[in-house]
Amino acid sequence: MNQPASAYFMEERRDPVESHTLSILVQNEPGVLARVIGLFSGRGYNIESLTVSETESKKHVSRITIVTTGTPMVIEQIKHQLDRMIPVYRVVDMTLTGRSIERELAMVKVRGGGDNRVEALRLADAFRARVIDATTESFVFEITGNSAKISQFIDLMRPLGLVEVSRTGVAAIGRGPEGM
Amino acid sequence: MSDNSHDPSQMTGAAMIVRALIDHGVKHIFGYPGGAVLPIYDEIFQQSEVEHILVRHEQGAGHAAEGYARSTGKPGVVLVTSGPGATNMVTPLTDALMDSIPLVCITGQVPTHLIGNDAFQECDTVGITRPCTKHNWLVRDVNDLAKVLHEAFYVASTGRPGPVVVDVPKDVQFATGTYHPPRKSDVHISYAPRVKGDAGQIRKAVALLASAKRPVIYSGGGVINSGVEASKLLRELVEVTGFPITSTLMGLGAYPASGKSWLGMLGMHGTYEANMAMHDCDVMLCVGARFDDRITGRTDAFSPGSKKIHIDIDPSSINKNIRVDIPIIGDVGNVLGDLLQVFKAEAKKPDIKPWWQEIAKWRARNSLSYKKNSDVILPQYAIQRLFELTRGRDTYITTEVGQHQMWAAQFFGFEEPHRWMTSGGLGTMGYGLPAALGVQVAHPDSLVIDIGGDASVQMTMQEMSTAVQHELPIKVFILNNQYMGMVRQWQQLLHGNRLSHSYSEALPDFVKLAEAYGAVGIRAIKPGDLDGAIKEMISVKRPVLFDCRVAALENCFPMIPSGKAHNEMLLPAEANDEATAAAFAGGKALV
Repeated sequence: MNQPASAYFMEERRDPVESHTLSILVQNEPGVLARVIGLFSGRGYNIESLTVSETESKKHVSRITIVTTGTPMVIEQIKHQLDRMIPVYRVVDMTLTGRSIERELAMVKVRGGGDNRVEALRLADAFRARVIDATTESFVFEITGNSAKISQFIDLMRPLGLVEVSRTGVAAIGRGPEGM
Repeated sequence: MSDNSHDPSQMTGAAMIVRALIDHGVKHIFGYPGGAVLPIYDEIFQQSEVEHILVRHEQGAGHAAEGYARSTGKPGVVLVTSGPGATNMVTPLTDALMDSIPLVCITGQVPTHLIGNDAFQECDTVGITRPCTKHNWLVRDVNDLAKVLHEAFYVASTGRPGPVVVDVPKDVQFATGTYHPPRKSDVHISYAPRVKGDAGQIRKAVALLASAKRPVIYSGGGVINSGVEASKLLRELVEVTGFPITSTLMGLGAYPASGKSWLGMLGMHGTYEANMAMHDCDVMLCVGARFDDRITGRTDAFSPGSKKIHIDIDPSSINKNIRVDIPIIGDVGNVLGDLLQVFKAEAKKPDIKPWWQEIAKWRARNSLSYKKNSDVILPQYAIQRLFELTRGRDTYITTEVGQHQMWAAQFFGFEEPHRWMTSGGLGTMGYGLPAALGVQVAHPDSLVIDIGGDASVQMTMQEMSTAVQHELPIKVFILNNQYMGMVRQWQQLLHGNRLSHSYSEALPDFVKLAEAYGAVGIRAIKPGDLDGAIKEMISVKRPVLFDCRVAALENCFPMIPSGKAHNEMLLPAEANDEATAAAFAGGKALV
């Protein structure tokens, strides 16, 4: 390790990086999302995907789902850092519980004609994507599934005239009768 | 509005703020007026229960409140205006967050309808202070104000303490609404810090402690924050177990420096025996400390053979830098109480005589020794004399940041908690002078000394004016070596002695400067003059700037060179040019 002279101890950690999906229940108050994402940027954590919406309007509770990557020590640190924020009710690591369902929705715009158009429709059917807008030269598909499936669908649309994509990010929920 | 005049719960937002301060037992606040807080200042003017200390710069108010909080255990309160008033508070807020100091900072804000308009003296205070507070609030409705203020005090002072900001727009200060006294429902239900430690974990910890052959207790600022009772319990634990104890910079005083189990401070400039004990121990009990990088040295070589127990109220401190075997989440005092009870009932003092014999050998290396000099005052000698001449007095010490801070930690023996106020986490030069003001406000009859350096004290020197105005007889003991000593030391050791901008070409005459402020200036140049000058400083009942001229090029040892482990310390006796070069030359490739 060739490192510069420094007042800090520099060392590289090479622990393997993992991807985890975290569900976070928060009090829906002004600035709460800024607090959560500020924590991630301020401490150098990654955000691969982020979704947020109020889920219990009477209690002003919102649910934030974040897909993040890091070493096991960093993932543990992220959960503790989130958990100690004042408006955070609960943090659950959906990846660790191992019993969660993850879904994402995407809208995919494809432009083209002739064989490409037919092929796009055929593939959409195979992926159970729905046509939600159509013109004589374009489609907008709506597709739901896990992130890998959506990415695969987008890759297939690319040579067929892919114009743009809007993805919601991952939403996750646990299997079985219990809530988080 | 006039109908409300008979209902005592109806009042303006500005009045609510002063009412809430009184309801929370606040006697002193530190602040600086400005356009967006004038209604609050008007309320302060019309009452006598809360005394306001007028500083010269908002940063001074923040550090003064920190000193007040740290020396009393009660939250320090700051009142500043919008815009620059709030941004000037960013440094003390960050400092307080890093060192877990309870602060309640009330900021004025431009009127609600102007927020977002780039109004005069507007800034996004809650946005700017979000990462440097434990929590913050912008109050848009006067009827939320009482609840928010009470919650602010609760959040600041419970769990792991920290700074909070309540941002109050000027129209909310003017508006009339309903005030209520503090009640439980004021606090977010999502905020519930864990106080009591898990009984199973405590039992496991006791079993591990009882089986130890080479144990060490490593305590930190959490013991101080937990209150005087926690320090008592820590002392009892040391007594009952017979274990050696070391402490971080922030934890000094929890265990007395004169105690027989005391190893001295640990870490980068800690004693040889403390660091060696940490490195070679088989069981480590970390009490309210956080394995900071100044403590651990290189983490992959940190105490490689030990099982580690970690008591902390903040779950995010566990396994952050160092993996521990038995984490116990809870308030230090509470957990220590339970742990002692179990230890006394189920365990007995392990025989660790061989371990103490090993420690005695490390102690014999005398890692804090320095060569005496009769021509120039050595900074270590100055601190030792200051300590000896204030011994037995009711003394509080604050510091700035740098070499003098480390020498103060090494050579001033602290016997009690809450007597030592220093900026540990953030390392804020300019902390000590205003912090001393806050301590003096809380303890008007005590001897309050800021041990400073010539560079640091100039960062907040303007607060001497505050000291004079409020008749706060703080003593600013400046170890004047004409350098930013710690910067110079690192440049010497790591950057080929190229002293880039670490020499102060034009220092003020500190004696004349004191006189210009209406304070007292004292100077000591020769070792023979030092005692007399210190005695004079103590006897003066006014603020003093003490210009202690010390050896310019003295380095702070012992020291763990960067990139090295605890057992690779550089000791002063060995720190000749060659050995130093060797220790750091390895560093060139490896640091």
